[in-house]
Amino acid sequence: MSTSLLTFAKGGVHPPESKEITERLAIEKMPLPEEFEIPLLQHFGAPCQPLVKKKDRVEEGDLIGQVTGGLGANVHASVTGTITDIGTSIGPVSLNVPSVTISRDLEAPDKTYTPSDWKSLSPQELLSKIKDAGIVGIGGAGFPAHVKLAPPPGTKVDKLILNGAECEPYLTTDHRVMLEKPEEVIVGAQILLRVLGISEGHIGVEANKSDAIDVLRKAAEAQKLDGAKISIDALQVKYPQGSEKQLIESVTGRKVPGGGLPFDVGVIVQNIGTTKAVYDAVVLNKPLYEKVITISGRGISRPANLQVRVGTRIRDIVQYLGGTKPDLAKIVMGGPMMGFAVSTLDIPVTKTVSGVLFLTKEEIDDQPHGPCIRCGWCVEACPMGLSPNEIGLYVEAGRAADTAPFGVFDCFECGSCAFVCPAKRPLVQFIRLAKQKAKR
Amino acid sequence: MEQVKDTQISEHPLPACTVSISPHVKSRESTAKIMWTVNACLLPPLLLSVFIFGFQTLIITLVSVFSCVIAEAVSQKLLHRSITIKDGSAVLTGLLLAYIIPPGVPYWMPILGAVFTIYITKHLFGGLGFNIFNPALIGRAFLVATFPVAMTSAWIMPMNDFSIFKYMQPGVDAVSTATPLYVLKHYGLAALIEKYGAVSTMYKDFFLGVRPGCIGEVSNLLLLLGGLVLIFKKYISWHIPVSVIATIGVLTWIFGGEGYFNGDPILAVLTGGVFLGAIFMATDYVTSPTQKYAQLAFGFGVGAITVLIRLKGGYPEGVCYAILLMNTLTPALDSWFQPKRFAPAKGATK
Ligand code: SF4
Ligand code: SF4
Repeated sequence: MSTSLLTFAKGGVHPPESKEITERLAIEKMPLPEEFEIPLLQHFGAPCQPLVKKKDRVEEGDLIGQVTGGLGANVHASVTGTITDIGTSIGPVSLNVPSVTISRDLEAPDKTYTPSDWKSLSPQELLSKIKDAGIVGIGGAGFPAHVKLAPPPGTKVDKLILNGAECEPYLTTDHRVMLEKPEEVIVGAQILLRVLGISEGHIGVEANKSDAIDVLRKAAEAQKLDGAKISIDALQVKYPQGSEKQLIESVTGRKVPGGGLPFDVGVIVQNIGTTKAVYDAVVLNKPLYEKVITISGRGISRPANLQVRVGTRIRDIVQYLGGTKPDLAKIVMGGPMMGFAVSTLDIPVTKTVSGVLFLTKEEIDDQPHGPCIRCGWCVEACPMGLSPNEIGLYVEAGRAADTAPFGVFDCFECGSCAFVCPAKRPLVQFIRLAKQKAKR
Repeated sequence: MEQVKDTQISEHPLPACTVSISPHVKSRESTAKIMWTVNACLLPPLLLSVFIFGFQTLIITLVSVFSCVIAEAVSQKLLHRSITIKDGSAVLTGLLLAYIIPPGVPYWMPILGAVFTIYITKHLFGGLGFNIFNPALIGRAFLVATFPVAMTSAWIMPMNDFSIFKYMQPGVDAVSTATPLYVLKHYGLAALIEKYGAVSTMYKDFFLGVRPGCIGEVSNLLLLLGGLVLIFKKYISWHIPVSVIATIGVLTWIFGGEGYFNGDPILAVLTGGVFLGAIFMATDYVTSPTQKYAQLAFGFGVGAITVLIRLKGGYPEGVCYAILLMNTLTPALDSWFQPKRFAPAKGATK
């Protein structure tokens, strides 16, 4: 491997990539199911206020949930149809989030969007379009994009980084979007640069996606960038390369301090999916209700990169892809390192879901955990320089409350420590408990 | 491609799916895999020692390994813990214990050592991961303290004719002989060289393993190869072995001869179990520090104490006690050398 690849200094692991399952499959548009269940909380912040009631008719793209003030992002109807229920769904942020169920009008045609000129718009107008479209950080915790793009006055931001690392095993959505829609990603980047009033953009892509790096570089050359510089940076393949702090370090060498945010070091980070959504919102005037997700793992009959609408139930996706296999052992929303396991298929796809994995017994590891043998591998693996072994011992000894000095709040639960631990210790679980009990 | 009927999805429940906290994939390494690999790396020296000393060594080793395994099972039973003899750690203790006692001792000695060390040093301290001292070394130290004569004299002369059945009778036929370091300490270098004919023959014999000594310390070459396998597999890092061996070499060179800078570093590292100790015992995860710099300090400490014991103390060897002494410093070293935190918040460091 070339030594010129950018990377972060401390820790990191190399889980099996398992991307070969889906990386060559073109994005496939899933036929619309009959019913959609759209959570009103798909982001960091408070749930949206529903703007519709039962029996109302909505058009595709209509606003159905509005930000109530404070942190939040709008929610739109994914299809044309009738509201059949306003109830609750199992959501990514918490169980039982308020949600709107739409029964699709089977006759209604898909809404079409035509590109409009965005270059005449001011940064303020661009930002309000992004806000109206309900864009959140895709693939992360779902932080509202318009908030992230408006750093508090007085902060000096000079770099935009687009996160195309996609370091989680299995997931190939960003890869396929970069490969199939490079122009939209580059235009989205230009829009973001304009909003921030800066000219330096980076797209960080792990070197295992060299095809995407090539097409993005070509697309960036072909676009008229109006003085902006967008460089495509090849990153070393190492988990968690796509974690915000590690990505910023890899690309700029700057380190976001504990408790700080990227703009503290002059950087704003957005995901590839988010950038594509910004393109849709600004150029096509299309709100965020459709996205690409990876359905993978050896427990699903037909893995795919699917373009689905928000509110599509996992059950419908499984049905469309031919069902699960008998040796399915675990269903994971998101990547295998940081995603969460679920036990039901009656969960709607939200804006932040980047994939659903159907893992067999061979793919997961369910060996019982043993005592810490002090090998120190977790310490070496931790990108934050923590000692997960010590935190685990404290928690086991009932002293979770005393773990703040170990830096538990720096831990972003990347799972590198638990991945390498030969004793299979549930270190992330220990640390979550520590975070609950320890005083900041 | 396997097709599942629609009804199967909507009407039948999924197979019972595990729900647990991330990460959902784990590396293929495991405690047992590490232990068994180390055990495998220790086998070549054993085979060689059978050729050099006879079957007696194999029997002593088997006795030691089985007593450790049985002692572990019984200890865990007595302490109401789950029995984990399959993880290979008791086997490892058994192998190491057999490798550091003279091959000519009676069979009941390794049994006694195994029971003592597994029950007291390992399980009464909390079991695997919680013992402060390297169990095999404590076993040896216990036997040396209790049976000083047997433990320091039951060495067997190597059989140059490879008649491996010569010493089948334990204790009885064993021709007591002195280890090289014993000769060196009490008769001087000249006497030792005289035994081997020439300095180069002596080095060669020591490196390849044809000389009196413990089972596992005879062939430095095979120990080194085993260590390289472990380093290559990333099961151990080079820090401890290199710092131990380098420290012993350098300090012996400086202080080990007439005046300064006159000692024999090669002889010092090739004898007295330095390779076995540095590669397989000082690197024991449980009883050595986890941080790289702490490991260097640990290795330096082991080397320095070894040289001190050899030059000023009563024992010709010294690696055993040096490691045990440094074991006590492991927690301190771990807290002195912390990993470098990623830009911690101000005032938040420990
Ligand atoms: S989960 Fe936390 S403690 Fe473990 S490696 Fe990641 S950041 Fe470090
Ligand atoms: S990786 Fe596991 S066994 Fe090794 S030190 Fe960390 S917690 Fe202990």
